[in-house]
Amino acid sequence: MAVPKKLPNGAGLLIAFVSLVAFDRGFSLLDNAYLNQVLILAGINIVLAVSLNLINGFTGQFSIGHAGFMAIGAYVSAAASVYLSVPFFSFVENSLGWPIAAGQLLFFPFLLALGGLAAALAGFLVGFPVLRLRGDYLAIATLGFGEIIRVLILNVEAVGGARGLSVASPDPRYDIRYEGLFAVFGIVVLTVWALARLSYSIRGRAYLAVRDDEVAAESIGVSAARIKSEAFVISSFFAGLAGVLFAQSQGYVHTNSFTFLRSIEAIAFVVLGGMGSITGCILAAVALTVAPEVLRPVAEYRMVAYAFILIAMMLLRPGGLLGMKEFSWGWFFRRKEKPS
Amino acid sequence: MEVFLQQLINGVAWGSIYALIALGYTMVYGVLKLINFAHGEVYMVGAMTGYYVARWLGVDANPSAGGLLIVLLAAMMVCAALGMLIERIAYRPLRRAPRLAPLITAIGVSLLLQNLGQIVFGADPKVAPGLLSSRVLVQAGSIAVTSLQVVIFAVSLSLCAGLTFAVHRTRMGKAMRAVSFDREAAALMGIPIDRVIAYTFALGSALAAAAGILVGLSNPKIDPLMGVMPGLKAFVAAVLGGIGSIPGAMLGGVLMGIAETMVSGYLSSTYRDAIAFVILIGVLVLRPEGLLGKPEREKV
Repeated sequence: MAVPKKLPNGAGLLIAFVSLVAFDRGFSLLDNAYLNQVLILAGINIVLAVSLNLINGFTGQFSIGHAGFMAIGAYVSAAASVYLSVPFFSFVENSLGWPIAAGQLLFFPFLLALGGLAAALAGFLVGFPVLRLRGDYLAIATLGFGEIIRVLILNVEAVGGARGLSVASPDPRYDIRYEGLFAVFGIVVLTVWALARLSYSIRGRAYLAVRDDEVAAESIGVSAARIKSEAFVISSFFAGLAGVLFAQSQGYVHTNSFTFLRSIEAIAFVVLGGMGSITGCILAAVALTVAPEVLRPVAEYRMVAYAFILIAMMLLRPGGLLGMKEFSWGWFFRRKEKPS
Repeated sequence: MEVFLQQLINGVAWGSIYALIALGYTMVYGVLKLINFAHGEVYMVGAMTGYYVARWLGVDANPSAGGLLIVLLAAMMVCAALGMLIERIAYRPLRRAPRLAPLITAIGVSLLLQNLGQIVFGADPKVAPGLLSSRVLVQAGSIAVTSLQVVIFAVSLSLCAGLTFAVHRTRMGKAMRAVSFDREAAALMGIPIDRVIAYTFALGSALAAAAGILVGLSNPKIDPLMGVMPGLKAFVAAVLGGIGSIPGAMLGGVLMGIAETMVSGYLSSTYRDAIAFVILIGVLVLRPEGLLGKPEREKV
């Protein structure tokens, strides 16, 4: 069983946290809306990539319907802003007697929980029939569910149907969007931390075991069905969070943002980064978010160039950027181990 | 009842187009175990080639069966070459790579063709040349069968027959079946794997091109993104029939076409795109190997 040597540690996390706070300060000082938007998008893509990596990288299942769960998170949170913000804030103000600032502070976790749990529930319901399938069939089934979720949302009038839905409260006093870098990167850190802890725990070993050999894993007492379902639910939860962040930062949700292409994008992050490397996924997510922006000077050829980069990177490094390696301080401080 | 029959006729004509695309998916999956996501774009290029060849030859000015045949053959040849090129550049170097790597290049090629298409052909929809004039051939009550539907069905059927012949009665077809049965063993028997795979791509892409021309007859709006949805649905059709099975792809395609026209006829056309995937989930849960596929046992 292939296990990466170095595990992400607390120090790395701390550095990441501090640097993101610095980022937040630095860029709000710069007051560059464009850069801000690109960074937010990169953050959302990181959450999406790392969550998909749990299924595709660590558990060895192949899901190509991840956009569906993101859509659920985005739509549930957008609908919550529209329909639940007034009851929520009046509860905080009137029943609890807290100031409105407290409500504004609490509403974000509320949205996240709602969006994440709704996506997780969908993941559970979808995973139940689908995870009996293997390999390509599983992939196709997840694709199917992703599309079905999208078409169903498109036909629900309460969330705007084909018009899409604006993330706005009917009462302007409660109208708040959590679109700052700090909000986004807070969730990025949370996601990466939670999934890294999970993946490299004893429980995470069971995921790897299922990936490497399902039959062998079963024979030593790992319930493959349960592990797969668990991975699916957890991954959907975080995809839901990515959806919440997306809705919050865009201020408007439409099913066109969650097509098959979005799922494909998420897969590209994971495969390019290296299946089963959280660090790789993060790098690939950032690189592929920034690439179209960097390519803006070539205007109409931008997407062509993007496609070329995708193909070329895959041809040059079929195992992904990092393979299964993770970031470790040893990269900088330690010399290469001598072969024994 | 009359509505039902009319929808059935429309569905069969529409489904035979899906069947042609689905054949390409199923054949490539058979030999490479790869979902060729770029296949929908090959179909788009087929339709576009048809558009330009027809205009160049002036076939659209005076429609005739001979003109249609020339345009069809030209598009099939161009796409066969394109299919082989895609295989050579994007899939062959990754033959020994992890299985997901070629999937990503497939997606890359698909994106590339879509966006290149938008630059080369222009992003705005074009009106496909009227290669044949539509006439009502049979009219019974309110049910009508048009000449276009007959042509679409007849061309699809003869292409399927031709393919069946090519796969079961020719030397290359035998090699294809050998490769799809066991690639390693076929290589050991001296079968030139690379050539067989290239041939498979050429055949599948030519069929997709034919589908592109035929779709232009009945639904004359063509644009560089036209391949995305039909591509996905044809793939679902291939799974429905049993992926890797050639008769399965034909059956799956026709069933898919019928299901779609029925849903848009009786329910609402907004659910049209979902029905394909609902069928898909149903098939995968109840009979994952598809209608005509053979179940695979897992060996320890």
